[in-house]
Amino acid sequence: MRVNEHPILNFEKGNKVMFYYNGQQLEGFTGETIAAALHANGVRAMRESIHLHRPRGLFCNIGNCSSCLMMVNGKPNVRVCVEKLEEGMMVETQQGKGELK
Amino acid sequence: MRQTEVCIIGGGPAGLTAALKAAGLGAEVTLIDRNDYLGGQLIKQTHRFFGSKEQRASERGINIARELAEAVEKEDKITVLTKAAALSYYKDGVVMVKQNERIIKIKPQKLIVATGGSEKNLMFPNNDLPGVYGAGAVQTLVNVYGVKPGRKVLMVGAGNIGVIVSYQLLQAGVDVVGIIEAAPKIGAYWVHASKVVRAGVPIYASHTIKRAWGEKEVAGATIMKLDEKWQPVPGTEKELDVDVICLSVGLSPLTELLWQAGCKMEFIPELGGHVPVRNEDLETSQPGIYIAGDAAGIEEASAAMMEGALAGLNAAEAMGYKVSDFKEQKEVVMKELNGLRSGPVGEKIRKGLAKAIS
Ligand SMILES: Cc1cc2nc3c(=O)[nH]c(=O)nc-3n(C[C@H](O)[C@H](O)[C@H](O)COP(=O)(O)OP(=O)(O)OC[C@H]3O[C@@H](n4cnc5c(N)ncnc54)[C@H](O)[C@@H]3O)c2cc1C
Repeated sequence: MRVNEHPILNFEKGNKVMFYYNGQQLEGFTGETIAAALHANGVRAMRESIHLHRPRGLFCNIGNCSSCLMMVNGKPNVRVCVEKLEEGMMVETQQGKGELK
Repeated sequence: MRQTEVCIIGGGPAGLTAALKAAGLGAEVTLIDRNDYLGGQLIKQTHRFFGSKEQRASERGINIARELAEAVEKEDKITVLTKAAALSYYKDGVVMVKQNERIIKIKPQKLIVATGGSEKNLMFPNNDLPGVYGAGAVQTLVNVYGVKPGRKVLMVGAGNIGVIVSYQLLQAGVDVVGIIEAAPKIGAYWVHASKVVRAGVPIYASHTIKRAWGEKEVAGATIMKLDEKWQPVPGTEKELDVDVICLSVGLSPLTELLWQAGCKMEFIPELGGHVPVRNEDLETSQPGIYIAGDAAGIEEASAAMMEGALAGLNAAEAMGYKVSDFKEQKEVVMKELNGLRSGPVGEKIRKGLAKAIS
């Protein structure tokens, strides 16, 4: 969900881009993080915990806590809260520690 | 290997001010930040600041950040590396930095660590579900990217940050179902609290969160009352229909690099956790390593800027850069800083600092 009206802020969006979340095509904007684009599309689960396979999402949103690690273009352990969205990105839920493909 | 006179890690208010002061004395500075922008936490703070007038209260944090960042970028003596994360510090005084998938080695003569803090979590069942966020995280999502974390929010913690972020959520059109606070009285200043109260958000003092509900994401929360001894009162449970739980229960200093450098650390709850022991000049037990801002102890942005100024001045002076009004410059900052920390509001910080300064 996006903020449509705001009393003091103007959100200047970048260019519209397509990306893939677990194979599903979604829309986002350049300049925003992958996590922001996923949230805008209502996706809040980012990875599965290592032992109990519990869903995990965003927690600190500044690149500290490692709660939001995902697979991006086949690369595991990408902190999607600080990684910027790009056209055509393949973003996938990360299982456990992730695997290098 | 890059050589630099003063290396500053962290481009928040503390690091930016340190860079300006050190460069002002003539030192050559390298400022690094892992973000692709400068300003640290300030860039998402749209509210008018708390603090006294000299410290730019009533200015919005976001504007202060812009001004500082512009001044730093204009200064020839400062080299700025963004998207550059300091990964480690080695015995021989080398800082390892990762930028654009490459490693850069930096050997500074003086180091200022101004890495800020990270938000604390809270223990309760299901606190790991997606939908439980730090308050600063939600603030970043909403104020920087214009994206909502969900529809209905429970805010845990009624200090300034909890209350301010609640108000900013309302501004963005997100419903705040309630704010809970474990203490019998809220910690936030009334100027901020009155705004959310006027907007109809209930504040529950002496309340805690018992658990979150949900399978894949947060789908609700149970709160309950605490007695005078901070023990939950059975039978007072209340279920809230929320899909976001926002934790605003404090920050802890980001000090990994200082641990690596072998700085003497002390656990001081008043300053947010483990902090480096330092002298009046903000130098740690490792000569030549200085600290400033939230990394030195969780406080607020005005204090971070003043500590940054002091660390910058001291590091440059220790390099041998002299200016005739050095003492006066320092005294002005010290006076402001002491003013900021005076009175009942500053009591906790004063207590913490008394333990941290050796
Ligand atoms: C929601 C919220 C509301 C607030 N409201 C107010 C307010 O109204 N008034 C007020 O005075 N204060 C407020 N504060 C507090 C204020 O934001 C902080 O005290 C202040 O930003 C601390 O400044 P700093 O420079 O120490 O750290 P930060 O602003 O946290 O900056 C630290 C910087 O270091 C960088 N960094 C960290 N580690 C590394 C590394 N290893 N390598 C490279 N870079 C690194 C980070 O990316 C960051 O940019 C608020 C804080 C929050 C979270």
